[in-house]
Amino acid sequence: MNAHVKFSVDEQRRMLDAELGGQYPDPRGRFGPYGGRYVPETLIPALERLEAGMREHLHRADFQAELTEQLRHWVGRPTSLSYAPRLSAAWGAEIWFKREDLAHTGAHKINNALGQALLAKRLGATRIVAETGAGQHGVASAAACARLGLPCIVYMGAIDMERQAPNVGRMRLMGAEVVPVTGGDQTLRAAIDEALRDWVSDPMGTFYLLGSAVGPHPYPFLVRELQAIIGREARAQYLERNGRLPDAVFACVGGGSNAIGMFHAFVPDASVEIVGIEAGGRGINLGENAASLSYGWPGVLQGCYSLLLQDENGQIHETDSISAGLDYPGVGPEHALLMSAGRVKYESATDEEALSALTECSKLEGILPALETAHALHGVKRWAKTHRGAQVILCMSGRGDKDMPTLQRTILAEKVS
Amino acid sequence: MRPSERLAEAVRAAAKRGEPAIVAFMTAGFPRKDHFREHLLMVASESDVVEIGVPFTDPMADGMTIQRSSQAALKQGVSLRWIMSELASMQRPAAPLVLMSYLNPLLQYGYAALARDAAAAGVCGFIVPDLPFDEGDELRVALAAEGVALVQMVTPVTTPARLQQVCAASDGFVYAVTMTGTTGKNVAVPDTVIEYLKAVTAISPVPVCAGFGIRSREQVEKLRSYVAGVVVGSALVEVLERGEDPRPWLRALRG
Repeated sequence: MNAHVKFSVDEQRRMLDAELGGQYPDPRGRFGPYGGRYVPETLIPALERLEAGMREHLHRADFQAELTEQLRHWVGRPTSLSYAPRLSAAWGAEIWFKREDLAHTGAHKINNALGQALLAKRLGATRIVAETGAGQHGVASAAACARLGLPCIVYMGAIDMERQAPNVGRMRLMGAEVVPVTGGDQTLRAAIDEALRDWVSDPMGTFYLLGSAVGPHPYPFLVRELQAIIGREARAQYLERNGRLPDAVFACVGGGSNAIGMFHAFVPDASVEIVGIEAGGRGINLGENAASLSYGWPGVLQGCYSLLLQDENGQIHETDSISAGLDYPGVGPEHALLMSAGRVKYESATDEEALSALTECSKLEGILPALETAHALHGVKRWAKTHRGAQVILCMSGRGDKDMPTLQRTILAEKVS
Repeated sequence: MRPSERLAEAVRAAAKRGEPAIVAFMTAGFPRKDHFREHLLMVASESDVVEIGVPFTDPMADGMTIQRSSQAALKQGVSLRWIMSELASMQRPAAPLVLMSYLNPLLQYGYAALARDAAAAGVCGFIVPDLPFDEGDELRVALAAEGVALVQMVTPVTTPARLQQVCAASDGFVYAVTMTGTTGKNVAVPDTVIEYLKAVTAISPVPVCAGFGIRSREQVEKLRSYVAGVVVGSALVEVLERGEDPRPWLRALRG
């Protein structure tokens, strides 16, 4: 475990009990020590209104009915649970995929985007802003807004626009305005900063459709509630097919939305090992990876107290990962809590390991995973070495078509030369 | 006099002379780190309070000018530790100093050390744009132990009940943000803003300074009857960025 995060066994037990008892987030928006609401005063009324609206609508029968209807007939839920026979034979464990790559727009992001857009409509928002890293949340937001007739503005780092060019085109086709962000690190973090600045300018009319389980309260909770369908479905599907629970579940972690969605239903199942895989980039030094839970320490970024990749002066450090969707120096507060409580283990996979796992999965299963997901695949491969024959579900968080420009430059280029 | 009282007193004294206090903002080490002391003394000589910006990688409440100045300062290696040591070792200007910083650099510095070093360096208060009232207790208490103020911000969308609470907790002065938005935009000061500033002044036990988007003498004149001070930030940073002497510009703002 991360050397910066030390809790006694008693503290760990208290945190886990509170998590299992549904006491997090607490009234101050905290998951144990993590979370909170560190934003300019201008956004406080907007966040309070969002929280009140969320509590009023989110779990109400008519809202859930509308959400379920759209999830079933437009998103294509429930997504399949696929057994991966050839990869299982190659890696030695029994591997199953929860197929979020089959959800409309090609990733889990749509679960959250659709839910928040429905909520925005109920709250009378006239305009949606979103940020995007890999472009998947941007595409999902653009799609949900088109479906519901809401104008959508997506902030995207200039570097990400280049490495995820196909997604920029998809967003534009669906009527979203994509605004390049040239400030800061020009990736996801800068895009969130810019979306926050936009929201500060019109806190009452604009709805900020945040794409990951990060940011000020109530976003980490709201995003988790909307993504938790992944793990609920996967758990029920697995039980139905196998008559038992899996030995482990895996997901990749950037901000951590697919992971918290996958993990949430399994947290109470003590027999199920839960593992999150972060982006190990090129190495273990600051600036070479995006593995906040593995190498970061606590701090405040973009509204939230969590683990951050930063320097000793509290400046947020630039990250490095081949995967735009994991390239973020912070992580959702609930993941920080789950690690601190000792319930979830977080490891990392390097760029090279992810690319190699992606290649194997594509060849053996006919599924091209997103580069983000490929990190989790490597985690499964590593785990399988010491867990021969054990059963594992991996959250196949997205499809890899969007990564073709990167794959052309890497794996495919190597093969030609 | 406690540092926080010195700060409130400087704002009140200016207002008593019939002109709003000028709270002049500059990003530490911008445009050049080696001109910091010189710039600070020049700015202080024509203002009532100097607000020194601690650069941060993710200034989410700031517009382009302060984003740019922060990046440039960080590139030259400006840090909170460096700012503290410069302030502690230089000639102390007459105008009280406040530091504007996002929370994370303060958090990593450690609150107890921060309060102690700030008091020793002549810093009277802190403005922390991403620390709303509700999350501020720990820092407020740590600073108060050394008599250093935590200046609270209020905005036109702050609800009346909250306004009361935030103003009561503010120390030194209350920073009344004139608009919803980031720093550096030009605002016309509409009548609704005047009504809001009147309400803040009526409630607040400490003087009220208006800020965000203030660039001209015309705006200062429009605000002078309603607030004790005005904060000028991006416009002054741009003057320094152009390599101009900030003193004539500040004098013109005072009228």
